[in-house]
Amino acid sequence: MQIPVEGFMYPNEVELQWSVLIVLYPFITGLVAGAFILASLERVFRVQAVKPTYRLALLTALSFLLVAPLPLQLHLGHPERSLEMYLTPHRSSAMAMFGFVYLWYLMAVLLLEIWLDYRHDIVARSQSEKGWKRLVYRLLTFGSSNVSERALRIDERLGYFITLVGIPSAFLLHGYVGFIFGSVKANPWWSSPLMPIVFVFSAMVSGIAAVMLLYMLSTRLRGQQIDIRCVDKIAQYLLYTFVIDFSLEMLDLIQRIYEADESFRSLDFMVHTRLWKSQVIIQILLGTVTPIALLGLTQVVKLTETARKRIYGLAGCLTVIGIFAMRWNVVIGGQLFSKSFLGYTTYKMAFATREGLLIAIGLMILPFGILWVLVKLLPPWPDSGSLPASGAPAHGTS
Amino acid sequence: MNLFKDIEHLIRLAVVIVVLLLVFVVLRVAVVPHSFGEYGHYRGDAIQEVAARPISFAGHAVCEDCHTDVVDQKKLGKHVVVSCEACHGAQARHVEDPGSVKPAKLDTAILCARCHEANSAKPKGFPQVATADHSAGLACDTCHQPHRPKIETAAKNEAGGRK
Ligand code: HEC
Ligand code: HEC
Ligand code: HEC
Ligand code: HEC
Repeated sequence: MQIPVEGFMYPNEVELQWSVLIVLYPFITGLVAGAFILASLERVFRVQAVKPTYRLALLTALSFLLVAPLPLQLHLGHPERSLEMYLTPHRSSAMAMFGFVYLWYLMAVLLLEIWLDYRHDIVARSQSEKGWKRLVYRLLTFGSSNVSERALRIDERLGYFITLVGIPSAFLLHGYVGFIFGSVKANPWWSSPLMPIVFVFSAMVSGIAAVMLLYMLSTRLRGQQIDIRCVDKIAQYLLYTFVIDFSLEMLDLIQRIYEADESFRSLDFMVHTRLWKSQVIIQILLGTVTPIALLGLTQVVKLTETARKRIYGLAGCLTVIGIFAMRWNVVIGGQLFSKSFLGYTTYKMAFATREGLLIAIGLMILPFGILWVLVKLLPPWPDSGSLPASGAPAHGTS
Repeated sequence: MNLFKDIEHLIRLAVVIVVLLLVFVVLRVAVVPHSFGEYGHYRGDAIQEVAARPISFAGHAVCEDCHTDVVDQKKLGKHVVVSCEACHGAQARHVEDPGSVKPAKLDTAILCARCHEANSAKPKGFPQVATADHSAGLACDTCHQPHRPKIETAAKNEAGGRK
């Protein structure tokens, strides 16, 4: 099958090496980092209003983090060899070092913080549950069922400390993904020192939007009332980070336009043709300007609760779509033009192949499956079932 | 209550982490090949292993000793730049024993298209054809002499030659 090519491409540029899966990788890691940063803000700055989403955000971060390496591994011909980067890491390989950033974030930050936060519940359940579930919770207690006040206070302190370490770690995690692209000096579409920063802020935007949507959806599903104070606050955060993110991206754009280096004409042409729909229409107009305007509207006009909820829902969905489009435009856009700046190729997404659409959809559903299991195992809401109301000392009281 | 009881769970966690780290270290020693890093960031033994593999390509100069007729033909056309084994495949075993090891017959429809199929990514000056239109389903060597592919005007025929 011939790939439609326009102008001149070098032979190794005609077929894209990085597929839709490599679009998912920064998208998913972004959701992780964003969800975690939202949870941390609540904890470090003691924002009571967004408390209802704290645990949900942590579990969301975990379930997406577990899926984050899969798109990369599916891209490899020998996925099992990816583990060798832990055994014989090469310090000059950005990807190998990402393995350690990932592991650090998973083991030293996320799992630890979740464990400390849930320990009280885990201990309670290891005593109240029966059968295999009891065994699971028993295992999770590591054989210590001490939930005395002092023990919990120590957990709380330690958890706070881990959150403090966690914030820079989350920035590192996603900043690193940006760095991997930003440091490809041969590709003018990627190579920019602003890349890690733009990635971090867009990660926060997508993560906050995702947690907001998940919170609204899960509360609905459980037949509970949505805490409007909470979503108001989250929407406010979303707006602020979004404005910063958008400003950074525009700054980058203006700089590029004014600088107009040798790649500019080619990239400009690409944005006006092949990327017009995904970049200008979906990413900028639909996925950035519209949600910012909608969220801005809720800040200046007094609206009813229902109207606000609807707007938040809509803005949240548009935001997530917009950030996905941004990842798409970075990853796919960066491979559509020739290094000769004289030609353009086309990305043809396969369907049922190892890197096709079907797998991509599966990978996007998988985190929700994991989240469902996690939520069953470690309910993030205080009033679930027979649990003696989660007695973990409220954050902010220590 | 003594402090130890209240941080017991953390100590247990620390033990689990230490055990995991130990498992990692043991695993690393067991899995990483001994010669790794001997010369650089790779398995040192790999060099001897590669060197010990049988040679499969003989090289252009060797073919010239016996197939002078072909070499003379090839010199006259542009395929002078293409090595024998680029088309005939690795032939070291044939060189050792030409009597019993004979190179396989080539299917020109596949072979020639590998280099000459039209593709906009190829430099403009490189001779290329859309094989489906150009050869009308015939094998390339019905018209082209593989070793000296240029067709002199006399042989031109209306069935083929379209680009
Ligand atoms: C020691 C002399 C010798 C060398 C060196 C040699 N060949 Fe040959 N080759 C022969 C002989 C003899 C035949 C004829 C065998 C027969 O017809 O039984 C032959 C036949 C062939 C054939 C035709 C087989 C056929 O179907 O008729 C090809 C193709 C060929 N050689 C390629 C090569 C290439 C490529 C090289 C260089 C890597 C090479 N030869 C080196 C002796 C040699
Ligand atoms: C462009 C590809 C190509 C190159 C380069 C090439 N050959 Fe051939 N050769 C062929 C094809 C095609 C045939 C005919 C099909 C077959 O016999 O397998 C052939 C046939 C032969 C034959 C069979 C008898 C004949 O003369 O037709 C010999 C011997 C041979 N080649 C040797 C060589 C040697 C020696 C070289 C290097 C000097 C060489 N070839 C380079 C493609 C090539
Ligand atoms: C390994 C790659 C390769 C293969 C296989 C190959 N060629 Fe070529 N061919 C070349 C190169 C290189 C040239 C020279 C191009 C140049 O000088 O611009 C060439 C030139 C030609 C030309 C133009 C000759 C002229 O004088 O203008 C023709 C016709 C041709 N090949 C036909 C064939 C046919 C028929 C086959 C199959 C038997 C074949 N080629 C297989 C690489 C290949
Ligand atoms: C029916 C005869 C015929 C067959 C079969 C045929 N060709 Fe040709 N080919 C020609 C003729 C005649 C020319 C010279 C056309 C010209 O120079 O105007 C030619 C020219 C070429 C050229 C040179 C084009 C250029 O731009 O200089 C290439 C390359 C070529 N053929 C490759 C192939 C390949 C590959 C096949 C097999 C798929 C093939 N041919 C099969 C007749 C044929």
